[in-house]
Amino acid sequence: MADLNLSINIDLAREILAGFIKSEITRVGMSRAIVNLSGGLDSALSCVLAVEALGAENVMALRLPYRASSPDSLEHAQLLIDQLGIQSQTIEITDMIEPLIKLDPEISNIRKGNIMARARMIVLYDQSEVFKALPVGTSNKTEILLGYSTLYGDSACAINPIGDLYKTQARQLSRAMNIPAPIMDKPPSADLWADQTDEKELGFTYEEVDKLLYLLVDQRYSPQEAVEAGFDKKFVQTVTTRIRRNQFKRMQPPIAKISNRTIGYDFLYLRDWGT
Amino acid sequence: MKLKLALAQINTKLGDVEANLAKHLEYIQQAKAEKANLLVFPELSLTGYVLQDLVASVAHKPTEDDPIFKQLLAASHDLDLVVGFVDEDSRHRFYIASAYLSGGKILHVHHKVYLPTYGLFDEGRFFAWGDSVRAFDTRFGRIGMLICEDFWHASPPYLLWLDGADILIFSSASPGRGLNDHEKLESARWVERVNKAYASMFTSFVTHANRVGYEDGLHFWGGATVFDPNGEELAHGPYNEEAITYAELDLNQLRRTRARLPLLRDERTALVQKELDRILSRG
Repeated sequence: MADLNLSINIDLAREILAGFIKSEITRVGMSRAIVNLSGGLDSALSCVLAVEALGAENVMALRLPYRASSPDSLEHAQLLIDQLGIQSQTIEITDMIEPLIKLDPEISNIRKGNIMARARMIVLYDQSEVFKALPVGTSNKTEILLGYSTLYGDSACAINPIGDLYKTQARQLSRAMNIPAPIMDKPPSADLWADQTDEKELGFTYEEVDKLLYLLVDQRYSPQEAVEAGFDKKFVQTVTTRIRRNQFKRMQPPIAKISNRTIGYDFLYLRDWGT
Repeated sequence: MKLKLALAQINTKLGDVEANLAKHLEYIQQAKAEKANLLVFPELSLTGYVLQDLVASVAHKPTEDDPIFKQLLAASHDLDLVVGFVDEDSRHRFYIASAYLSGGKILHVHHKVYLPTYGLFDEGRFFAWGDSVRAFDTRFGRIGMLICEDFWHASPPYLLWLDGADILIFSSASPGRGLNDHEKLESARWVERVNKAYASMFTSFVTHANRVGYEDGLHFWGGATVFDPNGEELAHGPYNEEAITYAELDLNQLRRTRARLPLLRDERTALVQKELDRILSRG
């Protein structure tokens, strides 16, 4: 499977994705984007694409640390802010969430992580109103398929330019778009607790899983065909189960249908309706 | 005889026919200033593409009484036009349609005969299927029109060729799919390949107008093309941006190519019919 090629045409990707951001933001009469800049690669990429689409003066970056966040995250976000010359704000979320966390001494890392992600969503949407900007999403295709995100947290956004790029493709595009080396080189992490890394938590590398996802999703391989193509059976099972079990994160909640016409089911209009 | 052709690759406002008409009229002025004889707009150019439940509210009848077509028909005194719209028939069936306008008259309306209803497409849910493929006469000779998925199937272009069309006018709202490390999107490569193939195999002019812009993240890639009866590319519009692409079609090329390569003369239609009869009656 080593020769499976997921690389993309960088110029074309840039043009289409920046064009998407520009189109989606300007067609609703707005001109600005706001991004939660975590210090990681995905949000850096969304931010760079937003600058390419709208110009540096129209992009706001938020840095939203918790007291236990790695100082690297803040520093790396600042590197990009300085490089792009965009506006930024730093708002610590500790005081927002500490009272809730303290209610339960037994609180798990997962719960704390979800609270942080959702607090950051609240600040993002609040500041989007202040800056008159649309929140630009930072979830890549790998993460969305694996459900490796907090529902109504880091997955919340108005538009997502990078949701059809696998993590390794996002890396390729980021490299080409001159994202600072410290961001490129560090292991991906949600930085919700000390020493957390995506790959440790998931139990496999993005390099491995992207190839499998590409076959299962883009190339419509059956799980059996993926095994025949050289992937470990247990790995294939783990990944296919994850995809299925996280479908709920990719959808609007189902509405019980009792009328003659139900929103989202047979009341069908694009979001770009009228624009 | 020469025909100056203009292909308009425009973005549209989803469901806003008035706004799209205004853009058509602007492009018509531009093409007229460039002395174009025929201006072709993409699929559903008056309405936008992913219409879903907007279909009934954007439908129009291509007649003089219709407020939208009235203006287009008036403009067609200056140059011939092909526009994309939702056609509503007298029994309220809705079709994806292309109309050919010339000298204040509608010369032909084509209803899309292949409605893709798979993958990201859901046309069969919202539209009625067209049921004819006909060439028609114009001041530039006999022409055939097809809409997007129509020419992903080999039979409609073939039928138009046999029905006398020497110029095939294709229009699309083709979403870009399949970004890999290739220079072009997979969908763009496929469309350009088959357009070139039809021009070569049918020794005819093949023109394609595709829209640009985005609808809910769907991205339309533009890239208008014109191929001559030798399969050579006469013009190629830019990708991903609004543009008019002009091409001068030397219609005498049909004669020169077919004198050299008499594929039309030698086409064994009776054999095709005989074998089709046998194949279709088997079940």
